[in-house]
Amino acid sequence: MAVTTGAYVTDEVFERPPLQSRMWAILRAQPLGIAGALIVLVMVMAALFAPYIASHDPELNDFGAMLVPPDGGHWLGTDEFGRDIFSRLVWGARTAMLVGFSCALLGSTIGLLIGVASAYFGGKFDILLQRVIDIFIAFPAIILALAIVTVLGTGTQNVIIAITIPLIPNCARVVRSSALAIREIPYVDAARALGFGHARIVLRHMAPNVMAPYLIMLTTFLGQAILAEASLSFLGLGVQEPIPAWGLMLQGGAQEYAESAPWVPIFPGVAISLAVFGFNLFGDALRDLLDPKLRQQ
Amino acid sequence: MSKYVVKRVLLMIPTILGAGILVFLMMRLLPGDICLIRIAGDGMGVSDEALARCRAEFGLDKPLWAQFIDFAVGYATFDFGKSMWTTNPITHEIGLRFQLSLQIAIMGTITAVAIALPLGVISAIRQNTWMDYVVRTFAIAGIAIPSFWLGIMIILGMLILTQIWFGSPWMLPVEYRPIWEDPLHNLSQTIWPALATGYRYSAVITRMTRSAMLEVLREDYIRTARAKGLMEKVIRTRHALKNAMLPVVTLIGIEFAFLIGGLVVTEQVFNLNGLGQLFVDAVNAHDYTLVQALVMLVVAVFVVTNLVVDLVYAWFDPRIHYS
Repeated sequence: MAVTTGAYVTDEVFERPPLQSRMWAILRAQPLGIAGALIVLVMVMAALFAPYIASHDPELNDFGAMLVPPDGGHWLGTDEFGRDIFSRLVWGARTAMLVGFSCALLGSTIGLLIGVASAYFGGKFDILLQRVIDIFIAFPAIILALAIVTVLGTGTQNVIIAITIPLIPNCARVVRSSALAIREIPYVDAARALGFGHARIVLRHMAPNVMAPYLIMLTTFLGQAILAEASLSFLGLGVQEPIPAWGLMLQGGAQEYAESAPWVPIFPGVAISLAVFGFNLFGDALRDLLDPKLRQQ
Repeated sequence: MSKYVVKRVLLMIPTILGAGILVFLMMRLLPGDICLIRIAGDGMGVSDEALARCRAEFGLDKPLWAQFIDFAVGYATFDFGKSMWTTNPITHEIGLRFQLSLQIAIMGTITAVAIALPLGVISAIRQNTWMDYVVRTFAIAGIAIPSFWLGIMIILGMLILTQIWFGSPWMLPVEYRPIWEDPLHNLSQTIWPALATGYRYSAVITRMTRSAMLEVLREDYIRTARAKGLMEKVIRTRHALKNAMLPVVTLIGIEFAFLIGGLVVTEQVFNLNGLGQLFVDAVNAHDYTLVQALVMLVVAVFVVTNLVVDLVYAWFDPRIHYS
């Protein structure tokens, strides 16, 4: 039986299984991925609805309730300034998600454009761009980020810039290798023959076809960016007090009073680990679903 | 082979030069006058005279190209200038700490490989069993858990455990001693950061070992080896593992440079005065010359490690001939 769909002729009719059984198949094939997606969902919800979820003002010092252990009033206890740790964690999720999503989206999107353009134009432009990317990749991300912070200074916006820049070349390199294959497919030449401009071909014709590596890089970057923000904030070179940030919560008093008030350093670390864990599980599952080479395994 | 080595060494030059240009421009062109930030940062009034003196001291009154020539010639002759913060020569500042960081980096690498190889192999040969899931979860957790937090937890755990067992909490020794002077004292300081960074590092290697082993185990020559009745143990170690090592060795090399990045944060937790601590102090003090030197040092380590990895390839895989 031949069914004609557009220009393609296939011998079989592919029937889409009902949504419910498809969901079930994904759940069975990717139990860890679903767990990751749930964690991601919780984190995003906490970030969006922080004012409604937090039980206390995260920046309010209460010197009558310093280093209070977890109890009914303060679910996860308080820090050395009497600030409620649960509320700071919830608001910290907002900081982490803001930095994480901004960096990942910016880094992978700029990388996508550079990678596709590099593959599309080829020649000297490509060679030159690849050498520049080589140079950037020779810097460990955190070192480059620290060097950028030296120049720009601390603060949320500068941290986003400092974390994004080292991500760009990584994405550009991966996208370029996929885009090189796309470049050879006749529709790109066809688009040229139709007289479309370079910008249109890069943006409308090539970029949508490298979505798989783009999405994989995007999800990988989410975890990396959250971890990088926590590291920079922990060093005192990232997000600044009094803004609640997980890395910041592990600084100073958290270590000083660790023995008598272990809840202060424990919970923010759990939050960071859980967030990065969730995003990585989710990203891994997505990679398995999107990469046909891995799917066969 | 020797021709290849020469070629590879020569190819390092553009990368290092490029990195140098990048770091140089970043430190000079981006907003802010270095001297203005430094002097105003001290909380004093800024006099034009002090600014001019500061600029002259660090050669900032020269045109940009002349500054770059000074910078490049200095680095090429291993004269890295002096710190803007302590005014000591940079080689002196770095030399003091290099030994400590290098020791932890090497110990971290050994820890990582010792954890990663067995786990990765087990995970691959027991694919999709509970053992595989445990190893994979352990590995993903290793990537997720920040090494600095793991460090805090190790210190906290030791405080609590020693309190319970010995009645008094054991504190990490504060003063650093080189390993050849007092090995026990030295190791009791360095083993913890090595564990904390090594675990994270091992996670990446475990995953790579697993996927490389899975790929190799599907090769025809493994089936041949099984068909001719070789013991499974021999197949795994002599046939599979040896061939799976190639991508793993690359990763160990690449990650070594990143380990130094990880140390920046971990050293802070353990109060170790290594390169990482120096880096953070330099960033805080806006010590551009020192930051510049440290970044270049890390890049140099990265580039040299890559070279070593490429050469080690030949040893692992005789199919590769360099010409």
